[in-house]
Amino acid sequence: MSSIALACRINGRAVHLDVAPTRRLADVLRHDLGLIGTKIGCDAGDCGACTVLIDGRQSCACLTAVAQVGGAEIVTVEGLADGALQRAFARHGAAQCGICTPGMLMAASDLLARNKQPSETEVMDGLAGVLCRCTGYRKIVAAVLDVANDASAVEPAVGAAVGARLARVDGVAKLNGAEIFGADQAPTDALWLRAIRSPHAHARFAIGSLTTLLRKHPGLVRVFSAADVPGSNRFGIYPTLKDQPVFAEGRARFRGEAIAALVGDRATIAALRDDELPIVWEALPAISGIAAALAPGAPAIHDNVADNVLVRGRVESGDVDRAMADAPVVVEGAWSTGFVEHAYIEPEAGYAQRVGERMEIFACTQTPYMDRDEIALVLGLKPEAVRIVPSAVGGGFGGKLDISIQPLLAVAAWHLNRPVRGVYHRPESMQSTTKRHPAEMRARLAADRQGCLIGFEFSGDFNTGAYASWGPTVASRVPVHAHGPYFVPHARCLSRAIYTNDTPAGAFRGFGVPQAAIAHEALMDEAALALGIDLLEFRHINALRAGQRTTCGQLLEHSAGLARCLEALRPRWQALRAEAAALNRTGGTTRRGVGVGCMWYGIGNTSLSNPSTMRVAIDGAGRITLYNGAVDIGQGSYTIMPQICADALGLPVALIHQVTGDTDLTEDAGKTSASRQTFVSGRAAQLAGEDLRRQILRLAKAGTQARLALDGAALIVSDGAETRRVDLARLKPDNRGDVLVGRGNFDPPTRPLDEKGQGVPYATYGFAAQIAAVDVDIELGTVKPSLIVAAHDVGRAINPTLVEGQIHGGIAQGLGLALMEEYVPGRTENLHDYLIPTFGDVPEIEVILIEDREPLGPFGAKGIGEPALIPTAPAILGAIRDATGARIRRVPALPHRVLAAIKAARGK
Amino acid sequence: MGRFLRPHHVNDALGVLATGDWTVLAGGTDHYPSRVVEQRDEDVLDITGIAALRGIADAGDHWRIGALTTWNEVIEAHLPAMFDGLKAAAREVGGAQIQNRGTIGGNLCNASPAADGVPPLMSLDASVELASVAGSRYLPLDRFILANRRTDRRSNELLTAIRVPKHRHSARATFLKLGARRYLVISIAMVASLIEIDRGTVAAARIVVGACSTVAQRLPALEAALVGRSIDGGLADLVRSDHLQPLQPIDDVRADKDYRRDAALVLVRRCLIALAGEQREKAA
Repeated sequence: MSSIALACRINGRAVHLDVAPTRRLADVLRHDLGLIGTKIGCDAGDCGACTVLIDGRQSCACLTAVAQVGGAEIVTVEGLADGALQRAFARHGAAQCGICTPGMLMAASDLLARNKQPSETEVMDGLAGVLCRCTGYRKIVAAVLDVANDASAVEPAVGAAVGARLARVDGVAKLNGAEIFGADQAPTDALWLRAIRSPHAHARFAIGSLTTLLRKHPGLVRVFSAADVPGSNRFGIYPTLKDQPVFAEGRARFRGEAIAALVGDRATIAALRDDELPIVWEALPAISGIAAALAPGAPAIHDNVADNVLVRGRVESGDVDRAMADAPVVVEGAWSTGFVEHAYIEPEAGYAQRVGERMEIFACTQTPYMDRDEIALVLGLKPEAVRIVPSAVGGGFGGKLDISIQPLLAVAAWHLNRPVRGVYHRPESMQSTTKRHPAEMRARLAADRQGCLIGFEFSGDFNTGAYASWGPTVASRVPVHAHGPYFVPHARCLSRAIYTNDTPAGAFRGFGVPQAAIAHEALMDEAALALGIDLLEFRHINALRAGQRTTCGQLLEHSAGLARCLEALRPRWQALRAEAAALNRTGGTTRRGVGVGCMWYGIGNTSLSNPSTMRVAIDGAGRITLYNGAVDIGQGSYTIMPQICADALGLPVALIHQVTGDTDLTEDAGKTSASRQTFVSGRAAQLAGEDLRRQILRLAKAGTQARLALDGAALIVSDGAETRRVDLARLKPDNRGDVLVGRGNFDPPTRPLDEKGQGVPYATYGFAAQIAAVDVDIELGTVKPSLIVAAHDVGRAINPTLVEGQIHGGIAQGLGLALMEEYVPGRTENLHDYLIPTFGDVPEIEVILIEDREPLGPFGAKGIGEPALIPTAPAILGAIRDATGARIRRVPALPHRVLAAIKAARGK
Repeated sequence: MGRFLRPHHVNDALGVLATGDWTVLAGGTDHYPSRVVEQRDEDVLDITGIAALRGIADAGDHWRIGALTTWNEVIEAHLPAMFDGLKAAAREVGGAQIQNRGTIGGNLCNASPAADGVPPLMSLDASVELASVAGSRYLPLDRFILANRRTDRRSNELLTAIRVPKHRHSARATFLKLGARRYLVISIAMVASLIEIDRGTVAAARIVVGACSTVAQRLPALEAALVGRSIDGGLADLVRSDHLQPLQPIDDVRADKDYRRDAALVLVRRCLIALAGEQREKAA
């Protein structure tokens, strides 16, 4: 399409454009004008990340033909005055990963321009067109409602950074559009890459000669496929289970699997249609779902796994068969869950460039060092020959633990010796990257008449899709947690990860535990009801406490705060139940129910080493740098690590600068997963700060209680009446210019599990209980949560605002799991058919933080990321049962399933 | 190479359409989502420069809604109560971003079974104005939308306006939409209801159910049963399941067909309760 000339005003400046008229405004803003603050999450008007103002009205720039803005006044996030709205966002922790933030700010500024004092409902209506996957929306609503109370955040005093509500240190860039995500940066001479993917769940294919295609499209530089991979065409999380090809080799095992990649100029590869490629497909019968994979005679997805069972997990203690036979109360059931999509608003994106005999990759990731090692294998290089520079990450939730676009870019950049960039479109991201494992679970619970658990049996099958990914992690983690956070003398918990031709399932916030929690919490309700014991008190009776052993035989010595969580919830539980009973007496078509869910969650890898190393250094000019490799995916590790380190060091947190992520500059802080960064890397940051402090005190010959202060290039050390001055400029710098370097390393102590799952799988556990109040429309089966009260034992809240942010966001995802989210390959590959909660779906949330200190953790802290999500779905499902008698056995509890369950309950 | 034209006058647009197969672009809210994965080589006629296609006007015996009228313009317009259902639907079309750009004409031409605009416009007895170089013709909405994503618009025609007849009596209208989340949701089922009231009794009724058939359907048997009844005489109690006979719901990822029937029945009843003046209950 030939270009047209048009003029408009953007952020107050006259702009003249010469562009193809039907190009999306979002694309023109980003690529022609460099206004990368406008984000693209879907290109379909579903997510609102690209919201800009056109003549004062919020609009999706992805749905606007650039020809339509001739003469218009456009405002992007870069053109917003940096003012009270952004400060309110910072103060309230309303931006986490930051990818939706520009859209939120634009929508909010439109609202506030028309309505200076909006109500809560008006805020929700006004911002409803923007999706957020991190925050659970409540802090965004609070920020917009609080704009008038303009205030700046307070700087914590020395030694008081831990526990302070410090605004995110990376917050400014997230609020002014300057943050650089995976799609926001690349060398100007970068070529573009687009993957060619299988349209079939299972197929054989052959790629014919490409000569004609390359001749027809001069802008197409090269087409890559399996034969072009210089090293191993296999990747995967586990060293012995690398089963996923970068490019499939003649056989595609799931819909969306990459078989080739086009590299060339952007317009050419975008316009080139897949059917122009000389590919011959032969569709094969596909195995979808666990039952089909386990059916007798089912073909093997992988030749070396004849029965399609990738791996098994087991935890067994006591004599569960006898316990079940003897118990006065036994309850049981079966549950199933579907695929759940991470739905981070940032699709996978980045670029790769070859630097001599090294490869550098800039991309969104949760795990730079694992990426480095994977890419090295794919390219046949030593790990040190690969450098990973993480971009800002626009949401991860486990989905950016596996490599995705990186090996495609790396292979192309290696061969072409030119930078190569790429951005997944939304359907591609959803088709080709990992999901939460669908589960088929059966469980039995036995209790005595006094209300003590005696036994628990669980068997769960988890659909791991076409490739192993994190399937073994799910299979090993689930049996440890499957009976819930309770003392159970006799247990047998089994799991299997099953190969199918479905989308690979991998890591998603909780690694199978959220699915298992649905089963154990439903049985806790059933048992309590059978015994006539209050549902919360039944949990309190059985709550795991310090001094008890888990079913793995591990003695819990500290920080097992479930009973305290339940005690904190008790008054709210009783009041909410009374309110619900009063409301239900009034009749009508709505019934209110109240439910409770509990969880525990082992922090860090299951019985596997997962060390973190942090360094904090001071240079000759007195600049302090924390070399922080704990990637911040929105949860806040770039804020809490300085908080921890500052208090360990004894200097103000504001003095700590950071170098983050980059594998050439920071040491390995492991992956941002398993709720481990606060506990593991936080401890390393504390140790690093203490190490630097020790060196300073030694130089100053001062005692451990001495106070430190920085005076330009000198450290002032005050010890009682004495004050000494350490002149940093006189110390010998290392190759980075640092003169003193503190180093901390922490690997949580665990022990391997034996064949019965006995051992020490985790060094510590998070505990939590949540209450959900919901209104069920008994004629329509719709469920509207009205309140969640969440009590979480976090050991110590390093930054309460960020902890609350994790809890809010986890609750929103748990609510989605319970009520609306179900990924169906080939059917819900976009953000309008795949539903995640919107502004109007997340109810008011009350957070109660319990701080039962974990001695191993930094200042007593342990993780919160995954614990936040796990109790929500069980609490909501329990509330539905409480309201209506409906037993939900399959999530999501879509209205038609709820109504069917209500009818079934009435039929009894 | 695709061509692009953005005329300012209807006649110019019609002249262009007479020359071949053009893709008509308006607010873009359905156009761009169907072009995420692959670009199309197509000739695009952008009609958003044609001022005459905008706005809502009182045309004597009917209201004329320009095809380019956005959902937000519907929401903000001062209109009689018979448009309350259309306004309620407008507030449920995506978020404010979509309401600010998406057009009512585009919603009809896109012909989704779940189009939010169709049931309320059918309940208003709306017809569409289709113009071509040969002249204009008018079609009632149920004869314009033929099937899923299929309309009677010929390639040389442009949908220029929607005509809504003025009723003889005062009217009340409402709209209920059911989905699995609060905002930005494709309907599982939706119902638009309009009753004309003459001295306390129902003079005419138009009850339309969307997302339960390939095209939204009126319920003529129910409408007939309502006529002549007292407005506060328990209209909702007249609703029987066989009134839903025109519906042909399907199973999909959002709900199964039996549920859709159940839900449609509930929504129809609730619409009638709301129209009778009782507390309006919110679906979903």
